[in-house]
Amino acid sequence: MPTNAPTAAILSDVTSSDSTLRRFLHGLPGVDAVGLEARAASLGTRSIKTTAKAYAIDLAISMVDLTTLEGADTPGKVRALGAKAVLPDPTDRTTPTTAAVCVYPDMVAVAKEAVAGSGVKVASVATAFPAGRAALEVKLADVRDAVAAGADEIDMVIDRGAFLAGKYLKVYDEIVAVKEACGTSARLKVIFETGELSTYDNIRRASWLGMLAGADFIKTSTGKVAVNATPANTLLMLEAVRDFRAQTGVQVGVKPAGGIRTSKDAIKFLVLVNETAGPDWLDNHWFRFGASSLLNDLLMQRQKLATGRYSGPDYVTVD
Amino acid sequence: MSDATRLSVFKTYKLYVGGKFPRSESGRVYEVTDSKGNWLANAPLSSRKDARDAVVAARKAFGGWSGATAYNRGQVLYRVAEMLEGRREQFVREVADAEGLSKSKAAAQVDAAIDRWVWYAGWTDKIAQVVGGGNPVAGPYFNLSSPEPTGVVVVLAPQESSFLGLVSVLAPVIATGNTAVVIAGEKSPLPALSLAEVLATSDVPGGVVNVLSGRTAEIATPLAAHQDVNAIDLAGADEELAKELEIAAADNLKRVLRPQPVDYSATPGIDRMTAFLETKTVWHPTGSLGASGSAY
Repeated sequence: MPTNAPTAAILSDVTSSDSTLRRFLHGLPGVDAVGLEARAASLGTRSIKTTAKAYAIDLAISMVDLTTLEGADTPGKVRALGAKAVLPDPTDRTTPTTAAVCVYPDMVAVAKEAVAGSGVKVASVATAFPAGRAALEVKLADVRDAVAAGADEIDMVIDRGAFLAGKYLKVYDEIVAVKEACGTSARLKVIFETGELSTYDNIRRASWLGMLAGADFIKTSTGKVAVNATPANTLLMLEAVRDFRAQTGVQVGVKPAGGIRTSKDAIKFLVLVNETAGPDWLDNHWFRFGASSLLNDLLMQRQKLATGRYSGPDYVTVD
Repeated sequence: MSDATRLSVFKTYKLYVGGKFPRSESGRVYEVTDSKGNWLANAPLSSRKDARDAVVAARKAFGGWSGATAYNRGQVLYRVAEMLEGRREQFVREVADAEGLSKSKAAAQVDAAIDRWVWYAGWTDKIAQVVGGGNPVAGPYFNLSSPEPTGVVVVLAPQESSFLGLVSVLAPVIATGNTAVVIAGEKSPLPALSLAEVLATSDVPGGVVNVLSGRTAEIATPLAAHQDVNAIDLAGADEELAKELEIAAADNLKRVLRPQPVDYSATPGIDRMTAFLETKTVWHPTGSLGASGSAY
């Protein structure tokens, strides 16, 4: 992708002050909400069957960030999750591994040990997840902690309060600082919590803000609020990463998280990726699912395709 | 408006899955005729995906239904009989059409079916005393056996007896706490689909009974192989189909009730209930009681 140099220069200018940043973000074209939802819904009607379905299921499994973010997480549970990420279906070793396991910072070391040598990455939420209501120093300490414990990826939350109050530069500076704390070893995923941003226009602004600040991934939600990843808000973010690459040559990943529970839903998202951002994103380096129960459904569908029999929850692990 | 000009309103029969009345996922229907070949109505022609959805619904309902008290299940089953009594005329008409019976013979079938619900309603909280209980052991233990429901049971309703036969195979399955996926008789599914409407309005939780209509062999084959189905009653299968389904069912060790000649008008006995019960036996240690009333 050739870099559009003049545009890139313009983009570096927009972050020079609060007012230029606001002017840029508010200058982004408004989102046609009805059109967006209709487009997402119509792409959801594609019929994916037989070999294409088998490919999509394996791809979706390889994109899962197997997640446990509960107050009740124990080292044992994280180890069990790690084992599942490495070998999702013990009865069928042709099943791909998941992309990563996603845990709280204090569980990173345990998770790291559980997936050692498998290629499965360890992602850690940080920056006072899920609310993000803490001082910057605390957030950065949280990040450094996770990185020091060996996290390959950091999932940060933006300060929604500051974003909604219009203090875009504050949000920008925070992402930049967190990115710096990640160093070169960890990729940064920026969570917008789209369910709290109220409007599609805000989601578009947040996407651009995150990408300008150097996010490696933009992620819809924490999974802790009522509205999580929807086809429409994911489609909007896919458009943003597509446009961003066209303007700057930098590719950014997308991760919908929360509320994706069935293979059918997951395949709908893959259709969105292919039709919006393009096949370059159909890889677990650029697209992820933040999910826990989704994996079981994918495995059951995989077993159905392999054996011709409908499978049941007795044949996958309970977690 | 005179009666002569009035167009009658035909009923759209639908499936019953998870407490709702969907059309078949496939969009297909087939013509149902009476015993003389006159067209009665269109019934949904279910696909294997409808069967899959029905199993999901039945599995979801299993926890609540099997966990309900036996007394409560009895009340619910009795309620079904109450509701049927109110729609007796409709069922008499449907059974007469389906089986080519005279009105009085059809009425006798419907009455027997209503009484059968009451019979099984009485059994819900008594079966445990008959097939379970304390076992004598030579040691400081209590040893107790109690019957537990098997899980999701697929019921192939009898082909020849569209209503009494259906009730006679369905009621014992749900009386003991199983949930059921019923495949209605292929030629005469209408009484089964109407029964679904009664179940929906009689406190039976959604998903406890799911009714599918269509070609028995087409729906039963994926269900017999389904890994999340625990048992199958082959009452409505012919010899050839029964053999095929039994082979498919062996894969996850489903319980299979083979087709057998049954006189549905006779008192049924408890065999159909015990066919879908499993016995759980627990050992409980006893010992000398401490000051607190317990040795532990």
